Amino acid sequence: MSEAARIEVKDLTMGYGERIVQEKIRFTVSRGEIFVIMGDSGCGKTTLMRHMVGLQVPKAGDVHYDGEAYWAAGEERREALKRKFGVLYQYAALFSSMTLEENVTLPLVEQAGLRAPDARDVARFKLALVGLAGFEEHYPAEVSGGMKKRAGLARAMALDPEILYFDEPSAGLDPLSARRLDDLILELRASLGTTVVLVTHELASILELGDRAVFLDAEKKTMTALGKPSEFADSPDPKVRAFMGRGRR
Amino acid sequence: MTGPGSKPSSAPDPRVALDRETDGTLRVRLSGRWALAGGVPPADEILHELESGPPPARLVLESGDLEGWDSSLVTFVHEVAAPASDRGMALDVSGLPEGARRLLDLALAVKPRVEPPAVEDDALTARVGGVALRAWGTAGDGLTFLGETVLAFGALVRGRARFRRVDLVHAFEATGVAALGIVALINFLIGAVLAFVGAVQLQQFGASIYVANLVGIGVFRELGALMTGIVMAGRTGAAFAATLGTMTVNEEVDALRTMGLRPVEFLVLPRVLATSLMMPALVAYADLQGLLGGLFVGVTVLDLGTVEYLRQIQVSVALRHFWIGLAKGVAFGAVVALTGTYYGIRCGRSAAAVGEATTKAVVMGIVLVVVVDAIATVVLHMLHL
Repeated sequence: MSEAARIEVKDLTMGYGERIVQEKIRFTVSRGEIFVIMGDSGCGKTTLMRHMVGLQVPKAGDVHYDGEAYWAAGEERREALKRKFGVLYQYAALFSSMTLEENVTLPLVEQAGLRAPDARDVARFKLALVGLAGFEEHYPAEVSGGMKKRAGLARAMALDPEILYFDEPSAGLDPLSARRLDDLILELRASLGTTVVLVTHELASILELGDRAVFLDAEKKTMTALGKPSEFADSPDPKVRAFMGRGRR
Repeated sequence: MTGPGSKPSSAPDPRVALDRETDGTLRVRLSGRWALAGGVPPADEILHELESGPPPARLVLESGDLEGWDSSLVTFVHEVAAPASDRGMALDVSGLPEGARRLLDLALAVKPRVEPPAVEDDALTARVGGVALRAWGTAGDGLTFLGETVLAFGALVRGRARFRRVDLVHAFEATGVAALGIVALINFLIGAVLAFVGAVQLQQFGASIYVANLVGIGVFRELGALMTGIVMAGRTGAAFAATLGTMTVNEEVDALRTMGLRPVEFLVLPRVLATSLMMPALVAYADLQGLLGGLFVGVTVLDLGTVEYLRQIQVSVALRHFWIGLAKGVAFGAVVALTGTYYGIRCGRSAAAVGEATTKAVVMGIVLVVVVDAIATVVLHMLHL
């Protein structure tokens, strides 16, 4: 593994029961890189992310964080490794019984052990970072889809993680809100040097944000392209070319 | 030719005419008015022609005096064109309206996915084995969940359990104060029914006063706890399963995991703790309501005096019956909360799965409450309590 590799996915095989979803997945993500997991619907993009963040156990292979195998590690070590990353879920996954501020405060108090007043200050700052100052006391049901995503992002980066995972950040957002979230991701990377792993099939986001990407093929059940998204248009794989072709139409 | 929407009011029904020509062509002529409201004509005759005798080399579909058409025409054409296309027959649809041809092209563009037939052994032994394996899997999973909950209680005792205290307070409220009304109603009625059934029998022997014994022991030892357990399975168990199930669907449980919080500690522990601790209080309240129900029947039907009734209970019902009822309440509370949270946290990822989880939580909750009660009865009998 190279010195700069922050995440390394090694020969990962994923599946449910007897069914294989994807196999022989291998790639590395460097520090400060925005890496995109892309592919057609049902190819297992989100499933790959769930394996990388410790929600699903691989059938074979492992995910290494700074050289340390996640799944081969013991449970206690895995819990510690989770501190390295934050996750923004597709529909934000905010706790509906808590206000936006309480949502962001939760990991600060329960995971990092901050005192309640300090946690509240940090939560307010994080919410301000994502443009939600003044909405601290609102419940998730009282704000728009874009605001929920931004609150989810504030919660994901509550503990200053080195890596941020985004599952379909543009899903369900109007173009302006989607664009705003994309800009926020770029800003976070530029200001904090955060490594970003993005699961998406939105071409605009892929081309705008992605430094490198992996393409998963639902039929071949493995990755069919790895590299710069801008070069995927000339990929030897016809499906990858067709996927990228839509963006130029 | 007319397109969708142009439907003369007195147009004839859809008509299909078949003509097998000498060069092996099967010509199908469609005419009349084709509207979904009139249904899709059966294609059996054409399909039979395609399969019987020497198969036609060519299938021609054309429209004659078509007075209007919609999806019913394209559905019919697709029904006969797809098998013809599969058999490699030459298909000529140039005589159909252009819109219908384009829709047909769209429908035939992607070949239907052929799933390999599921290998299912329906022999009795295989089915029994399948049921046994599933039951074994569920039992194993249930035990794992129970083990995780015990570990969470261990963490609680050591002061290291991570959950929000406010959730515990909410759970106390939901399982306690909020349940008082329904618990009161059910137990008052149960006490009254018990007294009434007893009264009918005991009156014959002039032993009406013993209704107090019947109600006292019945409610204190058995029915107060049992009925409250069943009410809580339907009320609280269902609520836990629905809440946690929805949280699972919304990925909130996943979010907890990636934050390094254990869902069993964070979500299950406060609910099990609150239900188990509130149940004795609820059972004591239920006992009181049951006695009042019995008293109501005793006074109105049997002409017993209130003091007489209460004194008889005081004399004849040992205090241990009351304590046994409360202890059962703790067990029933734990069973109901564990069942509800188990099905909630193991819920699938759809709205239907939440409904299924809730149903299972209620059914299994009631079954387990009764099973635990039966076991307790046997054990207490053996201990001469």
